[in-house]
Amino acid sequence: MRWMIFTSVILKEAKLMHKLTQYISAWDSMVQHIKDRLFPGSVNAVPSAFRVMVRKEVADQVRSWRFLVLLFLILLTCFGSLYTSITNLPEALKQNDAEKGFLFLKLFTVSDGTLPPFHVFIGFLGPLLGIAMGFDAVNSEQNRGTLSRIISQPIHRDYLINAKFVSALIVISVLFFSLGFMVMGLGLFIIGIPPSASEFLRIICFLCLSICYVAFWLNLSILFSIRFKQAATSALTAIAVWLFFTIFYQIIIKMVARVMLPDPAASPEEIMGYQSFFMNLMRLVPSQLFSDATVTLLMPSVRSLGPLTMEQVYGAIPSPLPLGQSLLLVWPQLTGLIAATIACFAGSYYLFMRREIRAR
Amino acid sequence: MGESVIELVGLTKQYDSLTAVNHLNLNIRKGEVFGLLGPNGAGKSTTILMMLGLTEPTSGTVRVCGIDPLKHPLEVKRKVGYMPDDIGFYENYSGLDNLLYTAGLNRIPVREAEERAMQLLERVGLRDVAHKKAGKYSRGMRQRLGLADVLIKDPEIIILDEPTLGIDPQGIREFLELIIQLSSKEGITVLLSSHHLHHVQQVCDRVGIFVEGKLLAEGDVSSLSAQLFPGEPYVIEAGAVPGSGTTGNWQAALADALQQLDGVSSVRYEEDKFRISCTHDLSAAISRFIVEKGYDLVHLNRKTYALDDIYQRYFEGGKAHA
Repeated sequence: MRWMIFTSVILKEAKLMHKLTQYISAWDSMVQHIKDRLFPGSVNAVPSAFRVMVRKEVADQVRSWRFLVLLFLILLTCFGSLYTSITNLPEALKQNDAEKGFLFLKLFTVSDGTLPPFHVFIGFLGPLLGIAMGFDAVNSEQNRGTLSRIISQPIHRDYLINAKFVSALIVISVLFFSLGFMVMGLGLFIIGIPPSASEFLRIICFLCLSICYVAFWLNLSILFSIRFKQAATSALTAIAVWLFFTIFYQIIIKMVARVMLPDPAASPEEIMGYQSFFMNLMRLVPSQLFSDATVTLLMPSVRSLGPLTMEQVYGAIPSPLPLGQSLLLVWPQLTGLIAATIACFAGSYYLFMRREIRAR
Repeated sequence: MGESVIELVGLTKQYDSLTAVNHLNLNIRKGEVFGLLGPNGAGKSTTILMMLGLTEPTSGTVRVCGIDPLKHPLEVKRKVGYMPDDIGFYENYSGLDNLLYTAGLNRIPVREAEERAMQLLERVGLRDVAHKKAGKYSRGMRQRLGLADVLIKDPEIIILDEPTLGIDPQGIREFLELIIQLSSKEGITVLLSSHHLHHVQQVCDRVGIFVEGKLLAEGDVSSLSAQLFPGEPYVIEAGAVPGSGTTGNWQAALADALQQLDGVSSVRYEEDKFRISCTHDLSAAISRFIVEKGYDLVHLNRKTYALDDIYQRYFEGGKAHA
C-alpha cells in the first residue's frame, strides 16, 4: 500500500518535472528572445576568453580524482551528521529550551558527542576542500609548461587567477548548496516537519557563509600556489597554516591568557577589558569567525558573541532572535572573512601581475 | 625589404647582479626569418619574453608591429604567436582539444576553430593522433603541436624559442621545412632562437649572434663571413703529390711558387694540404698551376665559411672581450 502511494507520488513528481522542464525551456527561449532584441548579432556570439577559461577550469575540477575523493568524504560527513542529528532529535526536543520553534535547524546542529554536527564538520572539512582545490592552481600550470603558452594568448594576465578562483568557487557553491538542500530534503522526508521561512533563510545564510569561508582558504592556497614553485610545498604550507589556526593558535592564546589572568579583586572594567582583548585575539582566526557566525545563524538563541554584563542579561527574555538580528550579530564576522579573502586575492595579484613568466 | 615589425632600442634587462640583456638594438623586418643565435644563457629567451611583455625590461623600448607590449599586451599577443621552449600541453586533453582551447582564448568561433585545428593538424602531420591525449605525445609531436597551436590564431609574427631542441634529425628537417613554407607562402615573420647553428643556417634570412646579452653581429650568413674574415673571403685547400724526380723540400718550393700567383694573399702548408687564401675564386688557376709544375693534384676544395666558423670566432671574441 505504502509503495503504491510512493509510486504515485513519484509519477506525480515526474509529471511535475515534465511541466517544469517545459517552463524552463519556455523561459530560456524568452530570455534568448530578449537578448537578441537587446544585443543584435549576439546569437552566434563567441564566448569571451574568460568564459572559456572558467568553463575549462570547472570541467577540470569536476573531472579530477581529488574532487571525487573530497566529494566522497563530504558526502560521508553529511550522512553521518544527519544520522546522528536525527537519532538525537527526540532527546533534544525534550529539553525545554528557547529554540523549540527551530526544530529544523537542529538537523544541522544536534549531536550526541560521538560525531560532530554538520556545521562543525563543514568548519573542519571546508578548509581542506578549499586548499585541495587551489594549492596547485598556478604552479602546476607552470610546471606543465602551459602557463607561458596560455599567458601569451590575447588574454589579460589576471584572467588566469580569476578563472581559477571563480571556477573553484562555482564548484564549491554548487556542492554546498546541493549538500544543504539534500540534508534539508532528507530531513523533511524523515522528520516530516517542514522548515519555516526564517529557518530556510537561516540555512541559506549558513550555506553562503560556508562558501565565503571556503573561499578564504581557496584564495590562501591560490596565493601559495603562486608563491611556491612546487605544488607539494604550497599544499603543505596551506595545511600548516590551517593546523596552526585550528589547533596551536588556541593553545597559545590560552597559555598567554592564563599568564595574564587579572587579579580576582580587579575592577569589572579590567576584567571586561581582559576578556574582550582575548576574544579579539581569537577572532583573528578565520575558523573562529566562521564558528561564531554559524553558531549565531543556526542557533537563534545566541544573543551575543562577546561578554555580557549582568545588567544586559537582567530582564532579558530567553527567546530566540529574529533572523535580521542574528545577521546583524554576524555581520562583523562575515565582513572579516570577506576582508581576509580579499587580502589574499590582493596578495595573489601583487605576486602574479608583474612577475616574469618563463617556460617551466 | 619591408618595414620593420619588431624594433628593439637600447633594451636592457638586469637581474640582481647579472645583466641578461645589455643595450640591445635590433630590427626585424616584415616577412623575414630571423635567427637569434647564441649559447645557453646568452639572453635569447629573456629578449623574447620582453618582446611579448612577459617580463619587463629594465630600460629601453620594445615595439612589436608598432605597439608597446607593456602598455598594450593584448594587441601584441593577438598578432604574435609564441612557442616557448619545452612547450607543455594539458596532458589529459587530446591534441585537438588543446588547440580548440587556444582557439577559444583567441575568440575564434567553435565551428571555424574545429576546421582550422584539423587543417593545421594535417599540416603538421598529427591528424592521425588528433584525438590522442597530449600527454602521450612524443617530444617531436609536442613540438609540432606547438607549431599548430601558434598558428591557430593566424599570427603575423611567430616567435619560436629553441624549436629544434630535442627532436630527431628527421623531425628537425620536417620542422624547418614547415617554417620555410610559412615564411614564403604566408609571409609570416619568423623569429627563432637556437644554439644549433646548422638549423639556423638552413632557414634564416638573417642571423643575429648573441653573446652575454649583447648582439655581436647581425646580417645574412655571407655578409657575416665577409665581416669576420676580411682579406680572405676564399680559402682553397689543395692536396698535391710530387711527381717523379722531385727532391728536397718540395712543399716549401710549391708554396713559394703559389704565393707568386696573382690574387693569392697567403699560402700555408698544414696537415698535408696547402691552405691558400685568395681575394677571388682562383680554384681553376691553382689546379692548372699545380699540374703544370709537374705535381699531381689529388684534392681540391673550395672552402666557404659556414656559420660554424663564424660562431666559433665570435664566441672566442666574446670571451676575449669579457
